[in-house]
Amino acid sequence: MSQKFRLESGGLINRDKPVTFSFNGHELKGYDGDTLASALIANGVHLVGRSFKYHRPRGIMSAGPEEANALLQLGEGAYTEPNARATMEELFDGLVATTSNAFPTVKYDIGEVNSLFSKIFVSGFYYKTFMWPSKAWKFYEHFIRKAAGIGKAPEEHDPDFYDKTNAFCDVLVVGGGPAGLSAALSAAATGAHVTLVDDQPRFGGSLMAQSGQEIDGKPALEWVDEAEAKLHDLDNVQVLRRATAFAYYDHNYVGIWERLTDHLPVKPEGLPRHRVHMMRAKQVIIASGAIERPLVFCDNDRPGIMLASACRTYVNRFGAKPGNKGVIFTNNDSAYATVLDLIDAGIEIKAVVDVRKDPLGPLMEKADAAGVKILTNSAVVGTSGRLHLKSVEVAELSDDGETAKSDVTEIACDFLGSSGGWNPTVHLHCQAGGKLDFDEERGAFVPAPSNRTNPNISVGSCKGAFGLADCLAQGFEAGQEAAKAAGIKFRKSGKAPTAEAVDEGNRRLLWLVPGKKPLGQSGKHFIDLQNDSTAADLQLALREGYRSIEHVKRYTTTGMATDQGKTANVNALAIVAQTLNEAIPTVGTTTYRPPYVPVTFGAIAGRDIDDLLDPARTTPMHSWHVNAGAEFEDVGQWKRAWYFPQPGEDMHAAVNREVAAMRNSVGILDATTLGKIDVKGKDAAEFLNRVYTNAWTKLGIGKCRYGLMLGEDGMVMDDGVTSRIAEDHFLMTTTTGNAAPVLGHLEDYLQTEWTDLEVYLTSVTEQWATASIAGPNARALLSELTDDIDLSNEALPFMAWTPGTVAGIPARVFRISFTGDLSYEIAVPADYGLALWQALMTAGSKYDITPYGTETMHVLRAEKGFIIVGQDTDGSITPVDLNMNWIVSKKKGDFIGKRSLDREDMSDPNRKQLVGILTDDPKEVLPEGAQLVEVVKDKPPMDMVGWVSSSYWSPNCDRSIAMALVHGGLKKMGQKLYSPQADGRVIECTITDTVFYDKEGNRQNG
Amino acid sequence: MLLIECPHCGPRAETEYAGCSEAHIARPESGGLDMTDAEWVEWVFWRKNTKGVYLERWNHAAGCRRWINCMRDTVTNEILATYKAGEKPPKIADAEREYKF
Ligand SMILES: [Zn+2]
Repeated sequence: MSQKFRLESGGLINRDKPVTFSFNGHELKGYDGDTLASALIANGVHLVGRSFKYHRPRGIMSAGPEEANALLQLGEGAYTEPNARATMEELFDGLVATTSNAFPTVKYDIGEVNSLFSKIFVSGFYYKTFMWPSKAWKFYEHFIRKAAGIGKAPEEHDPDFYDKTNAFCDVLVVGGGPAGLSAALSAAATGAHVTLVDDQPRFGGSLMAQSGQEIDGKPALEWVDEAEAKLHDLDNVQVLRRATAFAYYDHNYVGIWERLTDHLPVKPEGLPRHRVHMMRAKQVIIASGAIERPLVFCDNDRPGIMLASACRTYVNRFGAKPGNKGVIFTNNDSAYATVLDLIDAGIEIKAVVDVRKDPLGPLMEKADAAGVKILTNSAVVGTSGRLHLKSVEVAELSDDGETAKSDVTEIACDFLGSSGGWNPTVHLHCQAGGKLDFDEERGAFVPAPSNRTNPNISVGSCKGAFGLADCLAQGFEAGQEAAKAAGIKFRKSGKAPTAEAVDEGNRRLLWLVPGKKPLGQSGKHFIDLQNDSTAADLQLALREGYRSIEHVKRYTTTGMATDQGKTANVNALAIVAQTLNEAIPTVGTTTYRPPYVPVTFGAIAGRDIDDLLDPARTTPMHSWHVNAGAEFEDVGQWKRAWYFPQPGEDMHAAVNREVAAMRNSVGILDATTLGKIDVKGKDAAEFLNRVYTNAWTKLGIGKCRYGLMLGEDGMVMDDGVTSRIAEDHFLMTTTTGNAAPVLGHLEDYLQTEWTDLEVYLTSVTEQWATASIAGPNARALLSELTDDIDLSNEALPFMAWTPGTVAGIPARVFRISFTGDLSYEIAVPADYGLALWQALMTAGSKYDITPYGTETMHVLRAEKGFIIVGQDTDGSITPVDLNMNWIVSKKKGDFIGKRSLDREDMSDPNRKQLVGILTDDPKEVLPEGAQLVEVVKDKPPMDMVGWVSSSYWSPNCDRSIAMALVHGGLKKMGQKLYSPQADGRVIECTITDTVFYDKEGNRQNG
Repeated sequence: MLLIECPHCGPRAETEYAGCSEAHIARPESGGLDMTDAEWVEWVFWRKNTKGVYLERWNHAAGCRRWINCMRDTVTNEILATYKAGEKPPKIADAEREYKF
């Protein structure tokens, strides 16, 4: 029979809307308004999974975000989602759920044999058992991960899309229970911009689980509906349902995870699945409620054993019975509310097992009057039932509560609700840096006032105020206070909603309920159900010397599962405190970190995926390169043409062809991406003097000069050619990847150190497109495209530039060379870049003009020994190390890096220095990054003397060439070095100078 | 994520800024040419790593691109003041407080 545990009436479910879903292949029915968990319970399904280490059968244990057992795999194919908490998933038609951690089925799971080996799964079992011998770990790891893997991630690309929004408000209210609604109403009445978020589909919070509550003389849920309608009508209020405030970051920056379509059978087109609201709130009111904590007793993990409050929620909110005959186990009065509601629903309560000697409380009195069997000073000391709870064993407690008397009564039952009191949900308060106070009476951590960095107010049961009357009053007051603190001019906002105050009764804090035998000798006292850690594990960790609660947590993995120990942590630290004979606040809590609940990666990524992950910068000639079949490489955010393969060519073949073609006739490179900074102002030359190592004041207008830029530490940070446009005007170029940092570096000095200099910097990288033509025919080609530029060596010598017209386009022509050959860099306004390129290609066809990419550029410059900053330098290399003393002015006074170059360490002759490397076998190309040694040993370690920074096959030298940074390399010319390879080979090579081609440097003159 | 008040632009999210270490470390007029190696190394490399109120620089890189100064408590991330480059830190009564743990 379907839904045989559904009550005849009651609950906030829509009985006119039945819903069909599937669980482990079985088709089941539920109602609209159910959660997956409540529908399973209505169908009598408790057994939903297997535990992490011991594969013990586990059932639904809660009705909220704290669920530690019912983590199911939802959906199929690309839409599948692991580890979904059945208690938080709204039921919809067609929902498919399966048990994750069981093989082959949840009823017969071969992993259950782990239980027999439980001695090896004690605290720190990963460390103890599997770390030695190291080879065994590989075997064990495979086995363990397979057994322990809770869910399966989808293998396909996520077909859903997700949104992210930046949001602002005066007052953010987290939680739509009585305290939160009261707070939102009073804050909204002041005119403040209020956002109210709640993780459920409807407001009311704990009121949905209760019965008989009244607010302002009305049934509580009626008041909730009116409050919601009122808030809905206000323009200054934003209301988000199915939205969890999952993270509280500095300066009141709160991440809110809203689920828009998960609950819908048909997902509407154009609606994101989830949306993350990154909310900057002036004030935050936290009304996140409280989570009941279970009692820790022997074999407390069987399906059918739940939180008492969850039993009540299933009955009142969902009209679903946790069972037919139950036992309630408690240390406080609140569980009697469950008792009373369950009796009203016709469920038999076989007994209430109450650890208190003299229980006090109005609810207990009512239950007593109703004839409920109450066993005081008693405890559940054992349970039985393999796949479902069948009975519990009850015994009277000793006076100190540390042991149970031997006279045991067995009570048959099919569910047990336990209540060890309530833990205020202080997660957000703590994430915000708030401290906690310990409420001795209730055995609960409660929030201290917030710090000034993250102004917030906790209200209601997350503040330790568990009564409805207090929740409403605190919420109302906080709403006004927060609005005022947010700078809203105070307007009187009515009066606080009221409810009857109820006495909470007394409690007996019994953190570890004794079993029939001493702890660990029979049965298990589970603390963390999801990670399968027990009270015995905690005590073992303490015996082994762990003291800090943070260490105990990690060693036993208590609280480290996806529920982050919402029902485990306080019990764990109380038991640790008790074992160490320390006060609970002395032991302290572990750190609360975001996220409060698991958030999908999709929601966190939002739209920042694929092409939108990082912008791609392309040059005006990019489309030409694409059409020409270029391969691209990323340089910073730029897409640079890497090489232009012709049909059948690999990179090696293409580069060899491009390199030779440039040296033989003419090649063309897109040099647009080089950083360009316009430097203007009457002190521009003086400024360059201070930021480069060489002298700039005497550079003539129309002339260009290469410069090395150092940091204050004397290390090379960038290089490039700077040209003088006018007396007070220069154009600086930087390396492609360094353009932004160099601009920042220069701006820093102008703004903060040399404020007296009149210099203006403008980034013009994107304003100019640059084509570089190089090779013996470069001049002939260019002369065909210009009639107003005299290209003779006299008129436009090496390291000079001139304005003019190229292919009818106004241009700046720079005669500079990174190839060592005759070369012109032609810069035109960016919009003309493609036209210039096409004109050069057309006119160049008779010279077989060859486009080349960055790889060929690297080979060409290496043939000439030109460095690439960031490849041949690594932030620890000075100009002297590069054998570039010539560029460091000895005459000029201060410049950035000068003082550091004079440090004693800098003149150490044994510093790493840039040298050329030639392999003895000319066909052998050293891998870049290869280590170099002087003495080869049988096996590592060997004394490394340097490493290869650049290495290529040079078609023009017809051999391999390389550069390396070698200790004392400059005085080791001709010396042999060895490069041991990973495969055991040793490549022999010799130190040379760095210029491999055209040593006289004649080619750049054409 | 911090909310930093740029003295030129107003309150802006931390993602608009680049962090830049300790403030008020003026570059010596001489460029250090009259300093010993030890003094110079001290200036180049050594910065405070204060637990408590710290004076630091931020660059409003994705905003006005100006360097600003910031007085921040490194324990709580409370920002006690921001002010323009070249200005002296404002006097704030509890900027002197110390943290004891
Ligand atoms: Zn700014």
